[in-house]
Amino acid sequence: MSVYAARLGLSRGWREFRQSLTSAQDLFWYVFLAGAFLVVLLFQRDSTVKGTSISLALSVLPGILGLMVALGGLQGAASALAVEREDGTLLRAKAVPNGIIGYLTGRIVSVSLGSLLSLVIVLVPGLFLLPGLAGTGLTGWLTFLWVVVLGLLATLPYGAIIGSLARSPQTVLGLVMLPVMGVTAISGIFYPSYALPGWVQGVAQVFPIYWLGLGMRSAFLPDSAVTAEIGDSWHRAATFGVLGIWALVGLGIAPLVLGRMARKESGSTMNARRRRALQRLT
Amino acid sequence: MNVGERRRGVESPVIDVRGLRMRYGTVDVLDGVEFSAQRGEVLVLLGPNGAGKTTTVEILEGFRTRSAGEVSVLGVDPAHGDECWRARVGVVLQSWRDHGRWRVCDLLHDLGRYYTPYSTPGRRRPLGVEELIETVGLGRQATQRISSLSGGQRRRLDVAIGIVGRPEMLFLDEPTAGFDPEARRDFHDVVHRLSDLEDTTILLTTHDLDEAEKLADRILILAGGRIVADGSADRLARQVAGKAEVRWSRGGEHYVHSADDATRFVRELFAQYGTEIGDLEVRRASLEDTYMAMVHRYERPADLMGAGR
Repeated sequence: MSVYAARLGLSRGWREFRQSLTSAQDLFWYVFLAGAFLVVLLFQRDSTVKGTSISLALSVLPGILGLMVALGGLQGAASALAVEREDGTLLRAKAVPNGIIGYLTGRIVSVSLGSLLSLVIVLVPGLFLLPGLAGTGLTGWLTFLWVVVLGLLATLPYGAIIGSLARSPQTVLGLVMLPVMGVTAISGIFYPSYALPGWVQGVAQVFPIYWLGLGMRSAFLPDSAVTAEIGDSWHRAATFGVLGIWALVGLGIAPLVLGRMARKESGSTMNARRRRALQRLT
Repeated sequence: MNVGERRRGVESPVIDVRGLRMRYGTVDVLDGVEFSAQRGEVLVLLGPNGAGKTTTVEILEGFRTRSAGEVSVLGVDPAHGDECWRARVGVVLQSWRDHGRWRVCDLLHDLGRYYTPYSTPGRRRPLGVEELIETVGLGRQATQRISSLSGGQRRRLDVAIGIVGRPEMLFLDEPTAGFDPEARRDFHDVVHRLSDLEDTTILLTTHDLDEAEKLADRILILAGGRIVADGSADRLARQVAGKAEVRWSRGGEHYVHSADDATRFVRELFAQYGTEIGDLEVRRASLEDTYMAMVHRYERPADLMGAGR
């Protein structure tokens, strides 16, 4: 039965993804995000990384892609859950047999597809703007794929956890963005990590964002660029390992937290939330 | 109708609540609630705000954990109801803005499919989307986005979603709040149809006493954490207020008298004044009088003792 419900969730996720493509609000967000990063890339196009022929833009793009995966997973899942807890989507799912399984599967699918779309929106113009990117071989694209999949698995469950603990959709933004910005600053996304003190590098390496950036760089940058990395290595095994551990722990904890949250949902808790939301609006 | 589903026997009630307690902090909101419902019965739960109607319904829905007492819905304790039990129970929720981007027919189709594995030969699940849309009167909105529905249309959709799995037990918490008179009448038709044709047991809460009288096979009044009255509207009226109100006019003046035996009073009235009497009106205690008396009585516990319910 739960496999059947998960299958229904797949079609639900696909439908919601398609619906987001016809929503002006969602499209604006995709375009805005991609546009902001593309502007950064355009400004950096003509300068090169010191001592190499790699353009600065090309060296930064993979980090941006990695950050987008993390943001897509965390922010996407967290805001969806917080909003849909408030508006009653979740309670509806709960009132239907195996509905929560279908709902969560649907959300995983739609958030993942949304993240993929935002990656494509940045990657496609990047292919035209940055000649170095078009030279990426099959191995590079395969690396890109597993980093994306593992990266989503390593962030999405935590987004869902934050979304189910947050009191309102408004608090979610802060709960996600503040830690993400902090971790991003030390994770070598916009400039190489080796410039940072050793202990800061160590802290950054605990979190998925550093590894997402590193994984993406290993996929798209020529091997000569490896000298800009800590220990002059792409650390592929470690990337796989750290992201994998985050994914496993998240996938282990998230169902417990989500289950606890879903059990507490009822018509009256939702009405209380609706009253609070309407107070915010007026 | 269906042998398999009746294997528990007609006597075993669909809802059975014994000594239900719910405590929030140090306050007992529910303090020994007891009632039961037979298959196909329509129960209306009345009570002042804060009496615990919603709490009671949510405990029965399996959405809230009770403090104490025994509760069984369709033979299962809702606190431990599995997905198979969930498939037999319908809940009409008050939607707000969920699924705004979905079209009416798409959402009904999607949610209906979750019930397919629980279909039985005697009870085909889910209900067809077209039939469902027809039943609640959303024919013209079938392909509209849910966000474009009016408040009343949304409530119709809520009802449709609640019955998409052809529930054997249906819960509705203030289903007609915000309905216009036509929507209200349509909704009453749906309730009658469900209980008559589908043998669905229905528990609903409302503040509309007229609605309660129209729909209920049995009315329950919840006050002071207990069920203080349980019976048909008629029976409750007789139980509470033996007096009827008699109004008449004579010689251009209007009179009102409250009589224990209205028939006898009217007979004597005519014997005395004959054709002088006009505008005769005899009004039995309405459900509203009954309700007020019951709730009031609860507020003065000494009287309640005296009444010996």
